Amino acid sequence: MKGNEAIAHACIRCGADGFFGYPITPQSEIIETLALLKPWETSGMVVLQAESEVAAINMVYGGAGAGKRVITTSSSPGVALMQEGISYMAGAEIPGVIVNVQRGGPGLGTIQPSQSDYFQATRGGGNGDYNVIVLAPASVQEMADFVDLAFTLAFKYRNPAMILSDGVIGQMMEKVVLPPVKPRRTEEEIAKECPWATIGRPKSRPVNIMTSLELKPEVMEARNIALQEKYQKIRDTEVRYEMEQMEDADYVIVAFGSAARIAEKSIENAREQGIKVGLFRPITLWPFPEKELHELAKTKKGILVAEINAGQMVQDVRLAVNGQAPVEHFGRLGGIVPEPEEIVEALKKLIK
Amino acid sequence: MKTEIIISGFGGQGVLSMGKILAYSGLMEDKEVTWMPAYGPEQRGGTANVTVIVSDSRISSPILSHYDVAIVLNQPSLDKFEPKIKPGGILIYDGYGIMNPPQRKDITVYRIDAMDKAAEMKNSKVFNMIVLGGLLKVCPVVSTDGLNKALFKSLPERHHNLIPLNMKAVEEGMKIIEKVER
Repeated sequence: MKGNEAIAHACIRCGADGFFGYPITPQSEIIETLALLKPWETSGMVVLQAESEVAAINMVYGGAGAGKRVITTSSSPGVALMQEGISYMAGAEIPGVIVNVQRGGPGLGTIQPSQSDYFQATRGGGNGDYNVIVLAPASVQEMADFVDLAFTLAFKYRNPAMILSDGVIGQMMEKVVLPPVKPRRTEEEIAKECPWATIGRPKSRPVNIMTSLELKPEVMEARNIALQEKYQKIRDTEVRYEMEQMEDADYVIVAFGSAARIAEKSIENAREQGIKVGLFRPITLWPFPEKELHELAKTKKGILVAEINAGQMVQDVRLAVNGQAPVEHFGRLGGIVPEPEEIVEALKKLIK
Repeated sequence: MKTEIIISGFGGQGVLSMGKILAYSGLMEDKEVTWMPAYGPEQRGGTANVTVIVSDSRISSPILSHYDVAIVLNQPSLDKFEPKIKPGGILIYDGYGIMNPPQRKDITVYRIDAMDKAAEMKNSKVFNMIVLGGLLKVCPVVSTDGLNKALFKSLPERHHNLIPLNMKAVEEGMKIIEKVER
C-alpha cells in the first residue's frame, strides 16, 4: 500500500477520535482512504473535510483540548497556513498530531517531493519560543508506525507532534504490517489520563483553562521557562536515530526520510567502489541527535549531508559536529529528487 | 536476487497499473517490493513512468540512477531510459510509433508489438497485460501463478470475471515478444 494509505489505516487502528483535513497533492489519498474506510461506522472516529487548513488545525486544537486523539494532514503550502494554530497549541500545551507530506516550494511551488520544510518543522514554524516533536519516516512501514508514536509522544508531553514525510514516501507502495487495533479511549479514560482537558468540571477541582494568552510578562516568562524545561526533558529522553554500516566506515552520510533511502543505495554503490561509508539517519528531527552525531564525528574523516533542499539539516549537523570533521551538503531543489549516483559523486568530491 | 525495473509510456496506457500488478505479484510470492510512480503532471497526459523493484532482500532506494530492465512504450520514454539501462540489462519496447529504434549493443533488446496485438484482440485495455506477459517471458521476476493471485487480490470482485481475459493477454505477450538481433 501507499505511504498515504498507511497513515489513514494507522489513524483508525490506533484509536484516533478525529481527522480534520483539506485535500492537497501529494497527500490527498489520506482523506480519500479514510472516506473509503468509513471509520465513523466502526470505531466512531470522525472524518471531516474542513473548509481550509486554518479551520482544520483549529479543529485539532479544539478536539485535542478536550483530550481527544485528533490529527490533521496536509502538504507544505497547507502546513504553512496551519502555523498559527500550531503555535497556539504549543502555547496552550495541546497534544495534536500534524502530518506534512512535503512538496517543493516556496509558495505553491510544485507537487513534486521535497524536504524544504525542515526549518519550518524543527524551529517551531510559528511565532514564539517553542518546539514541535518531529518524526521523519523513511518507509511506508514507518508511516504506519509513527502515527501511534506521534500521539503517544504528543500526549506524554502535552505538545504538538509532527510527522514530516514527503511526496516520495507518501506516493510509493511497499509492504507494510499494519499496527494492532486499539479501541478509542472512553470518556472516563480521557478524564483520568488528561486531567487538564476541558471536558466539563466536576465540583472537586478548579476550572481548567486552555489558552496561550497571558498579559502579565512575569507570569508569561515563568510559563516560557516551564516550556523550555519540558523541551529539555524531551531532548534528554526522546532522541531517535538509526545507523547502518557504520562500524568500518571512514565517511558518513547523514540523511532523513526519503533522502535516507536514496542514500542507502548510494552507500551500496560507493562501497562497491571501495569507499567505506555509513548512514546516520535521524528519526527525530527535533529533538535532533546532537550528542550521538558529535561522538560519531570524532572518529570519522568527513560527513556528507544529503537532503532534498538547499541545505537545512546541514546546519544542525554542523552545530552537532562542531568542527570534529568536515561537513558538506548535497541537495536538489524544487521537486527534483536526487538519484543515488549524484550523492556518490558528491561524496567523492568531499573525499578529494 | 533483485530486479530494478522502469516502465514508461503515455499516460493512459496502463503503465502505473502494470507496475502495480507486477508489485502485487512479487508480494504474493513473499518478496520485497517498492512501487514508485511519477505522480506529477505526467499522470495528466504526458509520459508516465513507474519504478518497480522486486527483491529477495530489503530494498534501499525507491529511486534509481540505473535499471536492470526498461520497458518503454513510446519514443520519449525510449530516448530517456535507453541510456539508463545497466550494461547487460534488458530493454523491451513496442515498435508502434518508434522512429528511432534502440542503438545500444551492450544490452539485450526485445520488441513486443503489443499495440497491434491488443487491436487484434479487439481490446485496447489488455495492452499493458500483453507487455507484462512479454516481460515475464524474458525476465521471470514473478511467476504467472503469482500474477494470477495478484489479479484476484488487487482487482475489485466485480472485475474478477475479466481475469481470464487478462491472463490470455499475458500468454499472447509471451508468444509475440522477440529478441532484436543486430
